[in-house]
Amino acid sequence: MKVAGIDVGAKFVKVVIVDDGNLVSRSSRLMGFEQKESIEEAFKEALEKAGLKKEDLTHTTATGSGKTEVPFADDEFTEVSAAAKGAVNLIPSARTVIDVGAEEGRAMHTNAKGKVLDFVINERCAAGAGSFTEAMARALEIPLEEIGPLSLKSKKSIPMNAQCVVFAESEVVTLVHQKTPKEDIARAIHDAMASRIISMARRLSIEEDVALVGGLANNVGFVESLRRELNMDVKIPEEPEYVPAYGAALAAASRAGGGS
Amino acid sequence: MADKYPTERLKTWNDAKDIRLNYYKDFAEAREKGGIRWAGGAWAFDAVPAGLGDDVYPLTGEPYGASTAFNREFSDDCLEATEKYGFARDLCSYMRNYWGSILLNKYTFGGEFPKSDFLWTDHICCSHAKWYQVAAELEGGIPYYCVDVAVGPDEEVDENRIEYIVGQLHDGIEWMEEITGRTYDDNRLIEAVKNEFRSTSTWAEICALNKAIPAPLDEKSMYSLYVLGTLMKHSKKVVDFYEELRDEVKDRVERGIAAVGNEKCRVMTDTQPPWAFLRVFRYLEKYGCVSIGSLYTFGLIGLWEVKEDGTWGPKTTPMEKGVSITSRDEALRELVKWNLDKPEWQHFYSPKYKSDMMIRIAREWKLDGVLLHYNRGCEGLSLGIAENRLALQEAGYPVMIFEGNMGDEREFDEARTVARIDAFMESLDMTKEA
Ligand code: SF4
Repeated sequence: MKVAGIDVGAKFVKVVIVDDGNLVSRSSRLMGFEQKESIEEAFKEALEKAGLKKEDLTHTTATGSGKTEVPFADDEFTEVSAAAKGAVNLIPSARTVIDVGAEEGRAMHTNAKGKVLDFVINERCAAGAGSFTEAMARALEIPLEEIGPLSLKSKKSIPMNAQCVVFAESEVVTLVHQKTPKEDIARAIHDAMASRIISMARRLSIEEDVALVGGLANNVGFVESLRRELNMDVKIPEEPEYVPAYGAALAAASRAGGGS
Repeated sequence: MADKYPTERLKTWNDAKDIRLNYYKDFAEAREKGGIRWAGGAWAFDAVPAGLGDDVYPLTGEPYGASTAFNREFSDDCLEATEKYGFARDLCSYMRNYWGSILLNKYTFGGEFPKSDFLWTDHICCSHAKWYQVAAELEGGIPYYCVDVAVGPDEEVDENRIEYIVGQLHDGIEWMEEITGRTYDDNRLIEAVKNEFRSTSTWAEICALNKAIPAPLDEKSMYSLYVLGTLMKHSKKVVDFYEELRDEVKDRVERGIAAVGNEKCRVMTDTQPPWAFLRVFRYLEKYGCVSIGSLYTFGLIGLWEVKEDGTWGPKTTPMEKGVSITSRDEALRELVKWNLDKPEWQHFYSPKYKSDMMIRIAREWKLDGVLLHYNRGCEGLSLGIAENRLALQEAGYPVMIFEGNMGDEREFDEARTVARIDAFMESLDMTKEA
């Protein structure tokens, strides 16, 4: 049975196609002003890559903050459940799933089937989400993709306030004026983010293994900070940004009667 | 899909609405009738000023703050007015709506803000201690009397502590006589005190009827009913209303009438809701989820006791126990003892009391989960709420938290809360009906 999962996030739309439990294609697009177009394009590309037509799909499930914007989806699945289901399917030992996307961070405590037992979501400020690193990379005047590797070069920990993006940005500016090496500032940024995410996740009982999914899982600097602050290993599946879409596809399969 | 259970509109609904609106109208028009106006907290010993006569009209601040919050535009004006005046944004939002009304000289129910003849209150939380002190100043220096009730949880209360409060009430009566020039009538006090015992015990009886499946009442409707007890629990009007409502709810239980026809899942909430967004409760119904109430709706007004079978039921009134109440002192003493046993007064001293009561409700009202409002607008009732969450989870109840503010709509994110409800319902295996 062929099914699709679509994750409409704040920044990207991601599509995953699954055939009898196997992931056969994935595709993503930046969410522009024309959101419906971005969704259609990503969907079309994923179908093409899989050599399928829309009619070949038995079921399509949407997730993400824009899940109601997918006109051709059969139903919806919440972001919380989708990330947990996808992560536990890829890392069966995971019992705590941390998902950090562009605008939101969340943590889930799950059972062996990937069913959510408890969850927390960050509140209000983007200081615990991907857009925070974007703002900080801008303040450091470096490309976004460099901030992670740069922070790995640092040997020094500098405390930083990450309760609020605006305050953090002015702190970065102060550090730049004090001629603090950029790698130390980059590490301070990731440490601050990690500690914010962990303080949120600790509201759950953190049960190992811990899996990290979402776009931020690609940032090596953040991952390093998270491991150090958590003082435990953090497992990351391949292509972590697609995990919620994959979770939605698994839900689609089970809703269409194909089991999970 | 057809509903599982029959539903019916409450017959007493319009009466509740009328009592509430007349209460605010009577307060505004009290002077024209030659009457007296007083204002104070909903936790105040409101039976006491009743001894001044039948033409004495109260205005309790918290329900006024809630009504103001419901009117988002006016509430925003009030909140901005207090901020402009220099008050911090994280103070009690009921209090800020109230102060804002004074500053703007606008009454939520129309016209100018009616100035009280005196202020009569008590302080159970830190905001209470300052609310009416500031109000007295903002209103140009009106007489103000505050009773200190912080004598500890009920299990620690002894004769000395009761005496401490009774003594303040005796002094308060002399003070009222002095500032109003009226002679105090003990018989009116005794009647008001007995009314309070009956109304608050009957409200608990009504809430206990909600243990039934399907629940005859949902929390959104209960807000419009319990509020009468926060306005004037000492009044005969409220006693009569609650007794009629109790009979109606009993009848609903006998006939299996549901508040939510597709009831499949039962939850409770906690603390005051974000008043400007009560539609969130209607959203829950799409999942067949009914909120049966909360410690807040049950225990702010309701008085409870553990019955012989170990379950919670309405507290036996002193009259039912055959206690004689024939003098001012006896009336005040019984009134103080009664109030100190109020569930919502206990957890100001430790979250443990609140957790125990919440777990009891979860068990006896057969709940599937709990929705906790991390209410930034009320330091009093949200005190220790994170501890309550852990205790409920340890007791095996799934908990969802959402952040908000009962009286400041700027601090509530409706879309995110709805997304959280979706995730929580999904984790409880509930599906949304089309
Ligand atoms: S208990 Fe809450 S609502 Fe009441 S006065 Fe205190 S802070 Fe305000």
